[in-house]
Amino acid sequence: MTNLVIDGLRRTYGATVAVDRVDLEVAQGELVALLGPSGCGKTTTLRMVAGFVQPTAGRVLIGGTDVTQAPPYGRDTAMVFQGYALFPHMTVAENVGFGLEMRKIARPERETRITEALRLVRLDGYAERRISQLSGGQQQRVALARALVVNPGVFLLDEPLSNLDARLRAEVRVEIRALQQRLGLTTLFVTHDQEEALTMADRLVVMDRGRVRQIGSPEELYERPADIFVASFLGRCNILSGVLEAPGSFRAGGLLLPSAGERPRGPAALAVRPERIDIRPDGGCLPGRLTMVTYLGGMTEFHLETPAGPVLVTKPTPAQGDPLRALVAGDTVHLDWHNSFGRLLGIEPEGDLP
Amino acid sequence: MAKARTFLWRGGVGAVFTVVLLPMLAVMYLSFFDQEVVSFPPDGYTLRWYVNAWEQREFSRGFVNSLQLAVVATVIGVTLGTAAAYALVRARLPARGFVNTLLMGPLAVPGVVLGTALYVMFVQIDDAIDFQIVATLPGLIAAHVLLTVPWTVRLVAASLAGLHPAAEEAAADLGARPWTVFRRVTLPMMRSGVVAGALFSFIQSFENLELTLLLVGPGRSTLPVAMLNYLEFRVDPTLAAVATVQIVMIGALMLITDRFVNLSRVVS
Ligand SMILES: Nc1ncnc2c1ncn2[C@@H]1O[C@H](COP(=O)(O)OP(=O)(O)OP(=O)(O)O)[C@@H](O)[C@H]1O
Ligand SMILES: [Mg+2]
Repeated sequence: MTNLVIDGLRRTYGATVAVDRVDLEVAQGELVALLGPSGCGKTTTLRMVAGFVQPTAGRVLIGGTDVTQAPPYGRDTAMVFQGYALFPHMTVAENVGFGLEMRKIARPERETRITEALRLVRLDGYAERRISQLSGGQQQRVALARALVVNPGVFLLDEPLSNLDARLRAEVRVEIRALQQRLGLTTLFVTHDQEEALTMADRLVVMDRGRVRQIGSPEELYERPADIFVASFLGRCNILSGVLEAPGSFRAGGLLLPSAGERPRGPAALAVRPERIDIRPDGGCLPGRLTMVTYLGGMTEFHLETPAGPVLVTKPTPAQGDPLRALVAGDTVHLDWHNSFGRLLGIEPEGDLP
Repeated sequence: MAKARTFLWRGGVGAVFTVVLLPMLAVMYLSFFDQEVVSFPPDGYTLRWYVNAWEQREFSRGFVNSLQLAVVATVIGVTLGTAAAYALVRARLPARGFVNTLLMGPLAVPGVVLGTALYVMFVQIDDAIDFQIVATLPGLIAAHVLLTVPWTVRLVAASLAGLHPAAEEAAADLGARPWTVFRRVTLPMMRSGVVAGALFSFIQSFENLELTLLLVGPGRSTLPVAMLNYLEFRVDPTLAAVATVQIVMIGALMLITDRFVNLSRVVS
């Protein structure tokens, strides 16, 4: 059983704190995604696990063994790099076989495993190609195969999809996830694409300026974000600031809005997902004037100006004849949502928002 | 308009090539003149200067000496220079700029000055610890290594600087120890730089006159020194014949090298 434990990991560069006391456990066979804005310390965390960056403080344990002081070649990890980092002077098969060779695996077994790995990433028949003769997507698969073939204790990926076009990215995303599950690999995945994180990961770690904001399943983080940062980083979210006057009565823009959750009285923010808001002709809790209606095919976005601030509502595009379909900018409507969809959160200083 | 510009461009490039190549072509042409004192137009054409060059024992001995010297100096210089270039580019040395300038130094100092300085230093060492370096082969090799190191450092560092270290990290991540990473990944990736460094080092050492003249031992003349000696007694196209052979040899060497690595990519 190979799990990964990150314990109080910290790394500073001069006065910059790149990673600040990160604690995390990745269970055997689990895929955890590190997610956060640029410069929040995702890559640095990953590189400390791989052994390329020495932590200032804290420990890394792989399968229960403390490897904090071990060099990269002494750790049972395999990493897929952002730019793939393939060996340009070797063929596809030589690239994939490199890790096996380093592990002193005999040639016959090596060849079987290379063939198997290439089949796994659907590159059979490409074994003798040069790296320069491959497309970006194919190179990406070679990088995957090269890491997977050694059957690593911990599988690390640093934005492996960022060089691919949108269509290929969606495809490879599913492939990586399927492989990871089939092989039961303990995986740490870095991305700044929230959709990627939501669709692939068992659990997400949202980071901000070196620190962990929240750890949880995609559902937990999306439905029950711990703070405004997480709420607005993952998916889109309406954040309405106001005051909590008494339990259950949150007032913003002079209106009482439906809310749930315990918080001390005083200034607070209400987070409501755009798809949870209903639009009615009248009788809602919050009146608003439409400023823009954006048709996105399957979905339609309604941008509104309300006493509590700008609000975004997304709905599956209404059918012909639905009154919503007739709405145009300038119309006045009422908004409403169930209590449980209005999540009370603490106010944060301006600069702390993504 | 575009056509005129292309024409001008080609013409310009052609003119530059002509200026660069003309002296070389002239030397090659001269080597076939059938007269001792060169004048134009030639009385006729002959191969006898080639025969004469072949019959001069100094030239063949000098050729062998030059070849040995250049090979040894190149092997040593390329090994040291590659290591130095790797350290300069990859290790975060504190005095990087200074070390780099120091290694490039021999290229900036005129050969005669360098040779004189080395001669004086060797003599001082001899005086101080009674260890003879002047006029010995090791002394001459050491001096030539000074010529080969800067070329290697410059060319290898250039080829290394363009390489992202990620491939080396990937190798380490897959279980390769530092030496294996260097041998299996770094070295092959900077191969063209090393090969080009070796080629230029070899040429530098092979055709060097100034340093060699001051430091060479009796009876160990290299080809350039032998040519200079010959010039003291006779001025005939024999030297042009020898030079032609050299030009053809070095040209062939470059063409062969270019088949293995793309020289123009490394050198530019
Ligand atoms: N070698 C280094 N020297 C100095 N500062 C560094 C170094 N590496 C990283 N940092 C700093 O540490 C912080 C975290 O960097 P890191 O590369 O981990 O961010 P990231 O989350 O991966 O960002 P991105 O999404 O842009 O890749 C940044 O502020 C960065 O400037
Ligand atoms: Mg990064």
